[in-house]
Amino acid sequence: MRLALIAQSLAPPEKVSSCVRDDGFCPDWIVNHWDEYQSPFLEHVYLSAVTVAIGFVIAFGLALLAHRRRWLTGPIVGITGALYTIPSIAAFILLLPITGRGNTTALVALVAYTLLIIFRNVTTGLQNVPGEAVDAARGMGLTDRQLLWKVELPLALPEIFAGLRIAATTTIGLVALAYLAGAGGLGKQIAAQITFKSNVVFAGGLCVLLAAASDLLILGVQRLATPWQRAAR
Amino acid sequence: MAEGRTVTTTLAALGQFGDAVDFIFHKRESVGGGVKVGGPGELTRLGWTHLKVSLLATGFATALAAPIGLYLGHKGKGQFFASSVSNFGRAVPILALIAFFIAYLGIGLTNVVAALTLLAIPPILTNTYVGVRQVDPEVVDAAEGIGMSGSQIIWRVRLPLALPTFFGGVRTAAVGVLATATIAPLANVQTLGEPVINPQTYGFSGGLGAAIVVALLTLAADAGLGLVQRAVTPRGIKLQKASTGKRFSIPILRRREQTT
Repeated sequence: MRLALIAQSLAPPEKVSSCVRDDGFCPDWIVNHWDEYQSPFLEHVYLSAVTVAIGFVIAFGLALLAHRRRWLTGPIVGITGALYTIPSIAAFILLLPITGRGNTTALVALVAYTLLIIFRNVTTGLQNVPGEAVDAARGMGLTDRQLLWKVELPLALPEIFAGLRIAATTTIGLVALAYLAGAGGLGKQIAAQITFKSNVVFAGGLCVLLAAASDLLILGVQRLATPWQRAAR
Repeated sequence: MAEGRTVTTTLAALGQFGDAVDFIFHKRESVGGGVKVGGPGELTRLGWTHLKVSLLATGFATALAAPIGLYLGHKGKGQFFASSVSNFGRAVPILALIAFFIAYLGIGLTNVVAALTLLAIPPILTNTYVGVRQVDPEVVDAAEGIGMSGSQIIWRVRLPLALPTFFGGVRTAAVGVLATATIAPLANVQTLGEPVINPQTYGFSGGLGAAIVVALLTLAADAGLGLVQRAVTPRGIKLQKASTGKRFSIPILRRREQTT
């Protein structure tokens, strides 16, 4: 609201339509102002992508560790589960005294949130590998490492990708709240003018489109990475 | 030098947390002055609204989603619908949803509860559907074989066997709603998020204190609902799980023997 007022007073030549004054949904306002959403949108993409990438690296590493040392599964699920349950809004605030306002705090909280999702899916994928496939690989004389990278992980790919899709869409939704940690993204834009319909619909719509696009993108990569699944169909 | 600075920052961080805990237990002057904020009294009031909003939303969502999931699961129809609802539910950011409600329907308790209900529906619907679908078809055949009617099968076979999965959905939904009710003050509903959203009144320590309370509340709710979930699990399923657990552990053991 306040930002809108300042913007209006700073730009007197622009005629403010009654639609904008009534906080309405005004397509022409969106057409004239869409460039203001460009950098928040890109920041949203950046925060989401970095979160999923770091979360994947950590959770994947933990899953491989738990695959070798099975007793670790319980403790890892316990710790990542607690991180998953703590609301990210609370986590954003709780981290502020330690990491300060900005993207770092948002990233730490968001990565912590994705760990359980990705870890669980990688572990389930590895557990669901058919015993026959493992036996056959052993029979062909594959070493532990070859077995993991050439048989078990490829067969676990569908579950791993499913985990990535859930993590990505969830993260894109949560990045919208990262403005509470002083980070950027579309959430800042939404919260700045929360009663202005044009702003809310456009910025919210961009979030939804981004989530849908990332879902399709990961699905596309999965299809490319698992050609044998298409052959089977 | 750098080490000294790290120590000072750590102490400063601890100080802020200490101040936040103090906010929870003792009233203080607001940042602008004039009003008293914080302390057990105000936090109980905020916490009560927080719980009320969350209970209403989870309750409405359960009342709406459970029958639909049960029906679709029993008929074996609408898998596309159930999975679309859950996918769509994840894709819509909750802030956008609440902002949409505020912009179009205005502020207030009803709108916050409505937005949170929409948030809680997908996990309950999906879990009820999956819970009913995953009931062993042989068990349903056996129930038909001993002459149970369609509604008897729903109430006495499918529902009890789907209860743990269903409660898992309610648990996920309730924890999500409790977490999200924190941003309800944006719609002028004073939940525990009030000090988080309005630091100009409550100060940073107030927001931090409220965040601590919210985090503890969700962790407690998750643990409590986990116990409920275990309590409603029929004994038969627990026994079955124990036996399948043993069955699954055989290939693992065999693999270990081979690796060593």
